[in-house]
Amino acid sequence: MKLLLELFWTFAKIGLFTFGGGYAMIPLIEDTCVEKKRWITHEEMMNITVIAESTPGPVSINCATFTGFRQAGFPGGLAATVGVVLPSFAVIYGLSVFLKTVLEIPAAAHAFAGMRIAVGLLIVNAAVGMIRRMELRALWVILMTCAFAVILAGEILSFHVSTVWLMLASAAVSLAVCLLRRSGTRGGRRG
Amino acid sequence: MILLELFLAFLRVGCFSFGGAYAAIPLIRDVVLAHGWLTDEALASMIAVSESTPGPIMVNLATYVGSSQAGLAGAAAATAAVVLPSFVITLLVTRLLRALLKNSVFRAVLDGLTACVVGVILATGLSMTARAVLPAGVAGADMRMILLAAVLAAVLFGAKPLFGKTISPIALIAVSAVLGIVLGSL
Repeated sequence: MKLLLELFWTFAKIGLFTFGGGYAMIPLIEDTCVEKKRWITHEEMMNITVIAESTPGPVSINCATFTGFRQAGFPGGLAATVGVVLPSFAVIYGLSVFLKTVLEIPAAAHAFAGMRIAVGLLIVNAAVGMIRRMELRALWVILMTCAFAVILAGEILSFHVSTVWLMLASAAVSLAVCLLRRSGTRGGRRG
Repeated sequence: MILLELFLAFLRVGCFSFGGAYAAIPLIRDVVLAHGWLTDEALASMIAVSESTPGPIMVNLATYVGSSQAGLAGAAAATAAVVLPSFVITLLVTRLLRALLKNSVFRAVLDGLTACVVGVILATGLSMTARAVLPAGVAGADMRMILLAAVLAAVLFGAKPLFGKTISPIALIAVSAVLGIVLGSL
């Protein structure tokens, strides 16, 4: 029980002090769980980060669930995950009650008009960063460009495209190309 | 049944947000616009709030949308749903996944997903920027908003090449809020 409380409390602190979420949390989790508490090793931390990148959902959830589970099984995983989520849940729930009133103040409305532009630019910047870090292969660039064009066309001509279906289609094309290449090399060997 | 709708909608977001917070934004936008839960403008404001408050952005957005539709119960349902997929995946398959990542077929599926996600994020970002700069369309263009956008873009994209430092999201949002107030009261 003491361990569960410690897991909950430690991850609640991590959840409370990381603004912007996601990768901002990794250094703090590493410092707390690897260096100070020695709950997980450096290598395990690396593994979680790699896996977090290839699975859906927030990185911090992967870290919390894994660390808690390693220390105290399923209850540990649950305690750490609830801990990391609870601070932002409480803050946003509290804010959501006031936000409508705040937006009626003219100065706040002007501030939010400016902030919406910053948000749009930050999203563009995130995508540009991802493209830069990627190792650009032809198929990847083609699929990326198609997805970009379809969504942008939808925005301009106002028709709705489901992001989920677009993702599944893109995965299917990539899988088909991979399988075709494989059977191609096998056929080549036979001939 | 609004709670079930919220839960299922955010479960979908949690299952498909490959690539972290920014990958979740287009998915959440899909969901809230399709259900009429938030306007595009309210969503953009809320993303600004999420960048400036603790915790993962997709958790913040789930809590807010849930709360705006069905109070505390709605907030709990949406938040639990958005977290559930990564919780389950981490419990079940952390060891298995490490081996799977070396499998070329699995990698091909993942590559297809990430390629699409990056394209979608780029298009969503451009379209949200355009809507924020020109809320009344091209005909109702406001020079102050265009000026503000140019300044912010210069700060965001110019910080690295000029000063060798990147500006943090929260700092850019603070700058945009101050400039918004100054230009808005002119």
